[in-house]
Amino acid sequence: MTAVFLGIPTAPRGVGHLRGDLSFPDAARDSLRDGQLRANLGHATATIRGKRAAVVGEVPDWAELREAGRAIKAATMARLDEHLIALEEQVTARGGTVHWASDATEANEIVTRLVQATGTDEVVKVKSMATQEIGLNEALEAAGIAAHETDLAELIVQLGEDTPSHILVPAIHKNRAEIREIFLRTMPGVDPGLTDDPRKLAMAARAHLRERFLRARVAISGANFAVAETGTLAVVESEGNGRMCLTLPQTLITVMGIEKVVPTWRDLEVFLQLLPRSSTGERMNPYTSLWAGVTPGDGPQEFHLVLVDNGRTAVLADEVGREALHCIRCSACLNVCPVYERAGGHAYGSVYPGPIGAVLSPQLTGIEDNASLPYASSLCGACYDVCPVAIDIPSILVHLRAEHVEAQQHAGPEALAFRALSKAMSNPRLWRLAQKAAGLGRFLAWGRPTLPAALPPPASRWTRTRDLPTPPKETFTQAWAREHGG
Amino acid sequence: MSARDEILGRIRTALGPDRAAPAEVRRDYRLTDDRSPDELLDVLTDRLEDYRATVVRCAPSEVAATVGSALRTALGEHSPADVVVAPGVPADRRPDGAVEDDGRPAVALAGYAATVTGVAVAIAETGTLVLDGSPLSGRRALSLLPDCLVCVVEAAQVVGSVPEGLARLDPLAPLTMISGPSATSDIELQRVEGVHGPRTLVVVLVA
Repeated sequence: MTAVFLGIPTAPRGVGHLRGDLSFPDAARDSLRDGQLRANLGHATATIRGKRAAVVGEVPDWAELREAGRAIKAATMARLDEHLIALEEQVTARGGTVHWASDATEANEIVTRLVQATGTDEVVKVKSMATQEIGLNEALEAAGIAAHETDLAELIVQLGEDTPSHILVPAIHKNRAEIREIFLRTMPGVDPGLTDDPRKLAMAARAHLRERFLRARVAISGANFAVAETGTLAVVESEGNGRMCLTLPQTLITVMGIEKVVPTWRDLEVFLQLLPRSSTGERMNPYTSLWAGVTPGDGPQEFHLVLVDNGRTAVLADEVGREALHCIRCSACLNVCPVYERAGGHAYGSVYPGPIGAVLSPQLTGIEDNASLPYASSLCGACYDVCPVAIDIPSILVHLRAEHVEAQQHAGPEALAFRALSKAMSNPRLWRLAQKAAGLGRFLAWGRPTLPAALPPPASRWTRTRDLPTPPKETFTQAWAREHGG
Repeated sequence: MSARDEILGRIRTALGPDRAAPAEVRRDYRLTDDRSPDELLDVLTDRLEDYRATVVRCAPSEVAATVGSALRTALGEHSPADVVVAPGVPADRRPDGAVEDDGRPAVALAGYAATVTGVAVAIAETGTLVLDGSPLSGRRALSLLPDCLVCVVEAAQVVGSVPEGLARLDPLAPLTMISGPSATSDIELQRVEGVHGPRTLVVVLVA
């Protein structure tokens, strides 16, 4: 059963950041030419892969935790409506207000209205994928409200008028020298002698944001988890910018996707072990904030929770694809992906890049709006191996490719070629003939190990992005017959 | 139709009319840690130091003096009134002349150089201290704004694993889990200690 058939809407066009201007191969071609980008990404992903492997390796029950994480998420999705209703009851009972948004446009309207009601024209923000997804900053700006990103990497992206390229480290594509240059250019009053020492750069960000934290009246955050039975929200972070936003302002607005709910308090004992080790490669991240509604005399006295659908229910309708909703946004799959490491996050065109993005974005938008993403993978399976909640990303990619092919009106040249191949492979005589014909390819190769990329169409559509090996002098069956006289 | 009804209706449509009962979640991961209390203190110390926190051990009678000397090391010569303590920290454990948090507006706490609090629980395996907003832990802004944080941890508050730690906490309290000083990995994924939260974390282990 698919969402299209059931009439469940996907994330609307024209708002938010789930669709790119270019297809993946076209966008990747540009980024592959950028040597600096590839060097930065190669260095950063290698660093984090090593750290993750070390801290995951020291947990003797990692497999059991991973299976429990998967099972909790599956059980949550199976009763998602009930858990959301329970969450709403609990948050409301503790002094919070719950809002529901069918899509990005509604969510942006709700948040804008809530900020306007406080009378302020600026907000501080904790890094949040959900607010990036719905394009909240742009919506607030259009309403005359300045949204200040406070996570160091988000700040780098915002000051550089750039876009995020990684779930955990949105500025992973920038190295320290480039970050220094952005700070020197855009931070008022920054020390002109600022070096590219990461410690000095972090201190510059601290000085830049300190006063903003102390004067902020409204903060906007996402949520890593929301516990249905208690109404407890959780934000996991490192720098303390999250704590500043969650603690100091009078009003806190938390925007979260409906799939972030977990049924019980105990479930956090699983995810708080899986997430930090998978994402930053730490045993525990420096700060985790947990709160339920409003606490008199401690923290924000007004709390709003905005629950956002924006295509998630359409994902839920697909029995194979719904596993993508289990994602806890650790980004381990990005860091191990050979395609991500070379193409970079921008090539995916969505705020969700890498393997998880390749299965999540096309489902949130409908396959036709992100048709190239399920093909942005070599299906090597490294993403599945590292996923802390065991999302079978390769199987969902294959499932989405099939869905894309089925959605086509006419069979393309590739489908016709595979149909012919299937016929040849099921008939020994045809197969031997085909192998003989393939031998002709050796003439085209002129002794090189691969055929030239400039084959005539439609073959060029295949060889444009792939090397076609030159056929061997003899086939296996010919060699067998020669050596064994068969 | 309200957005709430719309979304709940979509979920019910997506899941279909014949929902199977969700499979039982098997919790066969480690729920307890059988290492001895002494070993757990060593693990906690090792993890905290790995995050560049300073750990000092002392006897119950030496807490005030140990906190005082840790503050002198972290801050250099300072006025006793630069130090603010959570209201529930017992009088005999406070450094001389420290000011008690009197509930002034949170941002005013930024004027202090250091904070002294207790904790609700400490998790050895991950090097995590949990503050729960009680008088002993103080309100959340107290352990956030001053640049140096000193936490006094009793040996009996130390558990081995994350499940044991969470089981001791109240899910309705404003909780802050702290594992080392504030840090970032945002520049080339290299960890740098010290961003917006306290740049210095001192843990006084009372054993």
